[in-house]
Amino acid sequence: MRELLVISGKGGTGKTSIVGSFAALANSTVLVDCDVDAANLHLLLNPKIKEKHEFYGLKKAEINEQKCISCGLCEELCHFGAVKNGSINQYLCEGCGFCFHACPENAIMLKDNVSGEWFISDTCYGPMVHAKLGIAEDNSGKLVAEIRKKARNIAQDENINLIITDGPPGIGCPVISALSGIDLALIVTEPTLSGIHDLKRVVELTRHFGVETAVCINKYDLDEDNTNTIENYCQEEDIMIVGKIIFDPAMTRAMMKGRPVIESPELAISKQINIMYNKLYSKLIS
Amino acid sequence: MIISVASGKGGTGKTTVATSMALSVKKITPLTFLDCDVEEPNAHIFLNPVISETERVKTVIPEVDEKKCTHCGKCSELCAFNALAVLDTITLVFGELCHACGSCWYFCPENAITQKEKEIGIIEMGRVRDINFIHGKLNIGEAMSPPLIKAVKDKISPQETVIIDAPPGTSCPVISSVKDTDFCVLVTEPTAFGLNDLMLSVGMLREMNIPCGVIINRAGIGDDRVINYCKAEHIPVLMEIPLHKKIASLYARGIPVVDGMPEYIEQFQSVYHTIERVIRS
Ligand code: SF4
Ligand code: SF4
Repeated sequence: MRELLVISGKGGTGKTSIVGSFAALANSTVLVDCDVDAANLHLLLNPKIKEKHEFYGLKKAEINEQKCISCGLCEELCHFGAVKNGSINQYLCEGCGFCFHACPENAIMLKDNVSGEWFISDTCYGPMVHAKLGIAEDNSGKLVAEIRKKARNIAQDENINLIITDGPPGIGCPVISALSGIDLALIVTEPTLSGIHDLKRVVELTRHFGVETAVCINKYDLDEDNTNTIENYCQEEDIMIVGKIIFDPAMTRAMMKGRPVIESPELAISKQINIMYNKLYSKLIS
Repeated sequence: MIISVASGKGGTGKTTVATSMALSVKKITPLTFLDCDVEEPNAHIFLNPVISETERVKTVIPEVDEKKCTHCGKCSELCAFNALAVLDTITLVFGELCHACGSCWYFCPENAITQKEKEIGIIEMGRVRDINFIHGKLNIGEAMSPPLIKAVKDKISPQETVIIDAPPGTSCPVISSVKDTDFCVLVTEPTAFGLNDLMLSVGMLREMNIPCGVIINRAGIGDDRVINYCKAEHIPVLMEIPLHKKIASLYARGIPVVDGMPEYIEQFQSVYHTIERVIRS
């Protein structure tokens, strides 16, 4: 079983549109949307939800007023400033349990906290695992780990040898969690100065975790100089550029219709995505 | 007055808006600009500040004195984040997972745990065109950005006029960035993706009790769903920036919109005045 992760440093580079097209190109694959914070892949693949599960984040502390003698210890100990005047701010509580263990009166309870949901769905291109983290909830890394595990189980059970994952943005905890055990990371970038800056940071990240990496330049015809800079950088760093995709409003139009652009295979942009997919696939199975 | 600029997702033009708004507003009031997107800070690319001061931001993680440790396992039992593993002959610390909650060093029965400093990133401070500029850069491989964001925000005082460029999303890093701001500008695009992410952001801000308004970027590429949603939810649409080749190319070259198209200065200033009125009302 092989796992392809598509990331971008920052959102808005066309990553999800590309993943949607890959889904349509793959013969059989399990799809995962790891952007649990602001999932978008479902807008392209229109999944039919088959199973819905609750995700429990860390428990949150609560003070039992009957037992509390207002000694102030918890307020003094909490490193997150979550305790004020005898009550606990649920936004600030990180669920470490320090106060729970320290309270001399056993006046603090740890309560289960449903912090999101995850789903197993059917799409016309294969099973999909996706999630929705509750608003203002922590623990995206753990949720990412959980849905990735589920995707692997499904792949095993249904004898599917490829998992394609739409990754989260950034270089923080959800991406770190999405990178672990991945066979190949595709970084989608754009020829803008900020795109180049973000690209370098994600490349450093994939290096840090020793993950094999390839790059795709989306909208490469937007700015030639910047595209050259990216190509030179990748050459110096010995990173393979597997695809260059033109800027074509058809991509946005397809997205507005909620369909992957590849469903119009005659377009130049679709052909470019197709070639890129084949390169990635052969890299994955070699 | 502290104004944050956020978006459900990256790539909507949040940094474009934040930097152009800063350059327009600084003509009205003294201004501090904060880039709290510490995972991928981009504002400096547009503003080119002269950095005059750098500060290392540290957090603490446990350090176990193996001479004192009896490998009783208490610390790993207590740690809610699985940052400690006690084996027969050694106790391991996984620093990236540690939230610095303090449980382990407080409760270790052998007093075998002390706090060790660990750098998570840096803050750079400087000035550009009369603006105070501050941003944070998270070290690569570091999972926890909120402590760094907090350190960046600790540099401001509530009396100042501040514009904060927030990270994308609706989870911990954004919450840390928009928390305690007086108003949040949400930048979105008129597409299905944009609407989806906008609704998540609005939900987050409502729970945090922060008033918000919307700037629609790349107006014209999509449909009316975003506008209709804003109407229905009584969220002011502060400005619409059309899809314009010139804007895209300025962005690509790292030039703030208002530098290339000064006609936008007034529009951003009027957005600022609208925000002022909302906050005062
Ligand atoms: S609680 Fe203290 S003595 Fe016990 S295993 Fe941890 S460090 Fe060692
Ligand atoms: S300080 Fe808290 S989070 Fe860090 S290792 Fe100790 S118990 Fe775990």
